[in-house]
Amino acid sequence: MTIHDPRTRHGDASDGAMDQVGGRLSRVDGPAKMTGAAKYAVEQQLDGLTYGVLVESTIASGKVRSIDISAAEAAPGVLKVLTPDTIMSLRTASDWFGTPPPDKPYCPLARDITFSGQHVAAIIAETFEQAVAAAAMVKVSYDETPAITDLSDGKAGDGIPIDAMTKEWGDAQGAFAAAPVRICGAYNTPREYQAPMEPHGLIARWEGDKLTVWEPSQWLDGMARTYAEWFGVPFENVRLVSPYIGGGFGSKALALGHGAVAAAAAKMLGRPVRVVMTRPQTFTGYGGRAATRQTVTIGADTNGIIQSIVHRGVNETSIDGMWVEPLGVVTSIMYATPNFSSKQNVVRVNSVVPGAMRAPGENPSAFGIESAIDELSYEVGIDPLEIRLRNYAEQDPEAKKAWSTRQLREAFAAGAERFGWARRTPEPRSMRDGNQLIGWGVAAGTYPVRRAYGEAVVRILADGSVEVESSSIDMGQGTYTILAQTAAETVGVPADDVVVKLGDSRFPRAGVAGGSRLAGVMTGAVYKAATSALDQLIGLAISDPRSPFHTLQANTLVVANGRIGSPRGDGPDLSIAELLASVGRDHIEATGDTMPANSTAEDRYKNYTTIATSVPHTEGDYSRHSWCAHFIEVRVDEDFGTVRVSRVVSALDSGRLYNPKLAESQWKGGIIMGIGQALLEEGIVDRRHGRIVNNNLGDYLVPTNADIPDIDVISVGIPDLHSSVLGGKGVGELAIVGVAPAIANAVFHATGKRIRDLPITLEKLI
Amino acid sequence: MRDFSYVRADTLDAARQASALPGAMLLAGGTTLVDLAKCGVAEPDSLVDITHLKGLDAIKVDGNGAMIGALAKMSHVADHADIKSRFPAVSEALWQAASAQLRNMATIGGNLMQRTRCPYFRDPANFPACNKRSPGSGCSAIGGVTRGHAVLGTSDACIATYPGDLATALVAFDAVVHLGERQIAVDDFFLMPGATPDREHAIEPGEMITAISIPASASARRSTYLKIRDRQSYEFAAASAAVGIDFEDDGRTIRDLRVALGGVATKPWRAHAVEAALKGKVLDEDSVRAASLLAVEGAVDHGANHYKIELAPRVVARAILKTGAMA
Ligand SMILES: Cc1cc2nc3c(=O)[nH]c(=O)nc-3n(C[C@H](O)[C@H](O)[C@H](O)COP(=O)(O)OP(=O)(O)OC[C@H]3O[C@@H](n4cnc5c(N)ncnc54)[C@H](O)[C@@H]3O)c2cc1C
Ligand code: SF4
Repeated sequence: MTIHDPRTRHGDASDGAMDQVGGRLSRVDGPAKMTGAAKYAVEQQLDGLTYGVLVESTIASGKVRSIDISAAEAAPGVLKVLTPDTIMSLRTASDWFGTPPPDKPYCPLARDITFSGQHVAAIIAETFEQAVAAAAMVKVSYDETPAITDLSDGKAGDGIPIDAMTKEWGDAQGAFAAAPVRICGAYNTPREYQAPMEPHGLIARWEGDKLTVWEPSQWLDGMARTYAEWFGVPFENVRLVSPYIGGGFGSKALALGHGAVAAAAAKMLGRPVRVVMTRPQTFTGYGGRAATRQTVTIGADTNGIIQSIVHRGVNETSIDGMWVEPLGVVTSIMYATPNFSSKQNVVRVNSVVPGAMRAPGENPSAFGIESAIDELSYEVGIDPLEIRLRNYAEQDPEAKKAWSTRQLREAFAAGAERFGWARRTPEPRSMRDGNQLIGWGVAAGTYPVRRAYGEAVVRILADGSVEVESSSIDMGQGTYTILAQTAAETVGVPADDVVVKLGDSRFPRAGVAGGSRLAGVMTGAVYKAATSALDQLIGLAISDPRSPFHTLQANTLVVANGRIGSPRGDGPDLSIAELLASVGRDHIEATGDTMPANSTAEDRYKNYTTIATSVPHTEGDYSRHSWCAHFIEVRVDEDFGTVRVSRVVSALDSGRLYNPKLAESQWKGGIIMGIGQALLEEGIVDRRHGRIVNNNLGDYLVPTNADIPDIDVISVGIPDLHSSVLGGKGVGELAIVGVAPAIANAVFHATGKRIRDLPITLEKLI
Repeated sequence: MRDFSYVRADTLDAARQASALPGAMLLAGGTTLVDLAKCGVAEPDSLVDITHLKGLDAIKVDGNGAMIGALAKMSHVADHADIKSRFPAVSEALWQAASAQLRNMATIGGNLMQRTRCPYFRDPANFPACNKRSPGSGCSAIGGVTRGHAVLGTSDACIATYPGDLATALVAFDAVVHLGERQIAVDDFFLMPGATPDREHAIEPGEMITAISIPASASARRSTYLKIRDRQSYEFAAASAAVGIDFEDDGRTIRDLRVALGGVATKPWRAHAVEAALKGKVLDEDSVRAASLLAVEGAVDHGANHYKIELAPRVVARAILKTGAMA
């Protein structure tokens, strides 16, 4: 029973005072990070800590013939040398859908080599330096076999059809053949890497059959489950601690091989073990974004109205793992088309299994369709913005359902206005400033609203402060801050009086911080928990005989700014602390979750440790997505082919913003990453060795400040209560989607050259 | 653990003596050396720290030219008022090199001595073949990923690019490397790879760079360093050019021209042919563009670095035109 009015307004997208949901509160974890006080996972100082260093394969395909560890074993400080023969046996764990695993052992050190950089052995030593030195003494000999190095390798073949990716309606081929205007383009994206500032690493410590892991993690409960299954211990025996994460971008959601090695070594040694990846290892220890190839063909009438889209996609995966980067996901929903066909294959190559990287699927998918529609616009001679409006999808063309909210038209309008799109001259090469060719490009982006459930505890403490606990995490996206705002607003205290504790799997549980779902999930859970804590507080104040409000005969009270009083302002006015003291309570505690009411313990476990319970974005009557439109100006030096982004205006619909300041930062971060993707980022494979050679941040280029102009972001969202409890949609992944095609489209406008292979490096333009 | 000793040199002579021992290496800012030690390329037995030597960080500029101590920091030289006014190309080359943090650490001596960024050179565990690292072992780069490799001055043994910016500007203006008493022109200090790419400099064990001098010239005073790369900052050059011009009194006829290329050759590359073609001519765009093509005479590509042959002359031409237009 709620005996007070919920305080949370569902007004415009950026309502609220600073302390409330919708306020522009600065990151509460900011000072700790700026001053270095924030202690990251592997910075824990533990007694008896030992250091592990991994030895990796130097071939891409073949078998380990032998490993000579004699010199390494004899090296000073070495405690253990782990090889496939000496490491303890682990069990295979279930995947992230919770699929029951095959009943077979799992060995994180490989005998069969399927990519260069695979872990084959590990050294554990008293010091890091001793471990590094001993690792260099391990001699591995191989029987090498030919590797399939990448998608363009002749041996790669056409790959495996992924039937689940097939989407078809109407007669796409027939309508294409009959269309008066036809365009066809092949669009490629290379291997890209998350390149988080904090490399992956962990400290593992066993106490009996209880394991504690300090590890940067986007998903404590999911990773705890994997560790538990590897070692055959109950889930409750594994504790993951991850207070801060120095960037994840999808790469820190799963327990990985190096973690298994560290935890196994700690168990075998009876001492805590720390393993931290080197920067080069972050290119092979887990997967970045898979390289992709797409062909997009569009048939249209002479007014640019699309009749048919035929889309074919391919992404690479590893020899023994399966990663599908869904390439038809934006293609099928961005524009209204009566006829559609999309199919996808996956090709096995000798690389580490690719993984999630900011907007997996949507990102490369948008590069295809948003480049292709731009090509169509020139083909029919219609402005690139106008052609998008002419083909605007009024409902989800694939699911045939209404959009929950789609402020894309508003995004186009707001972005175009701010950018000055009307002043664009249509001809390529028609805008110039000295040696610089100027180009203006537009592209749209989208990301589905992924929904799941979360759980939180809210405590009102004796001093009147509020404590929130959740095993969700903050990797910079602002969870600490928005949960403080949610609890502050709901209970009625200043945000300064709220302490949010995250990143410990002992706290109430949360699903993955991935797919841009966490904010929507956790604000909902904290809102529920805080609401019930407030109910209890008011209930006590009204009904406890010791309460000064007892005689008031009120049926509700108001809590604001940490004080409690009657709605009419008569009667007592107490601080929360005074009230709790008067009734002899040292705290009030409430747990809240957003799980369906009849959920069992098994349902809950499954929800927090797998992604199987994610609610489809097209569940029920609506199709739920975030939307955006990017307007980008580039300057291309005609002699040198160098592309500089000189202006960005993006208008975005993420629904209601829990904290506009933080949402804007995330959008800008996504746009910056998109600029890197468009112009710089590419894992370059030596095709003789199947090895990424630019595996460091000196050679794998991400943007610097000098590459980034002022970025103007505009929120056009409205609260979407079909998408989340408080009306927000996804923020984190949305903004990268569409940036690369907007830049490629701008480059075409500047130069008349259509670049369909990312990144757009200078040699492609000179 | 790989042990090595660390010596802090108090005098120049002590430094020279200590560094003459087998396995000894000089340590200045460490921004190259520590990196190379981490990736297993440099395996010193002893490090001789020269950063505490007195007086080697001085920068003196007078009518005859500049004398820059080997321990002067990149950032100090870049920001020095007289260097900026009399040798703008030198200051600009430094400003566009590396990052602010690195420039604050790194020294001029160490900068000249920086090693190639060839990725095969820097990954001995995976690519044992590298003639520069282990003479006679072969070259992993040829036939591999060559986008950053040189098109000028290469040999069958090595195609690695000399990556530095400063030395490109120095070679344009006839700078001299001081190894104590011994002096050697920058152009002669850097060696072509030939059959011995492991030998990069005309410096002997026990010798140390003490200073660099740059003679004053009108062309150095009117000079530019133009660096082209995909990333706007913090990247080595895809191609760069240091250019200086001195005009006759008519302000149009080229009396003296200096052109050097970076990022495309195995050593800092003086483009004498371009200079000769334009000296005595009136500066105009067509003749500059035509003459700039001479900068890559004899260039050989290895596939992915072909673009450098197109790019370098354009960079040279733009740099000449830009310098010529300067007030
Ligand atoms: C990520 C990155 C990006 C970079 N980008 C650029 C760039 O864009 N352009 C550019 O030009 N440079 C660039 N650099 C290179 C940088 O400029 C050099 O690392 C730096 O100048 C080296 O100076 P140091 O004092 O740190 O040398 P150290 O690392 O101390 O020494 C380098 C070498 O020189 C030797 N040495 C040092 N001093 C002397 C001396 N007085 N006499 C004889 N030998 C000596 C050492 O023994 C060692 O072999 C980059 C470096 C990094 C790491
Ligand atoms: S180019 Fe030179 S440095 Fe690079 S691998 Fe070949 S020999 Fe070694």
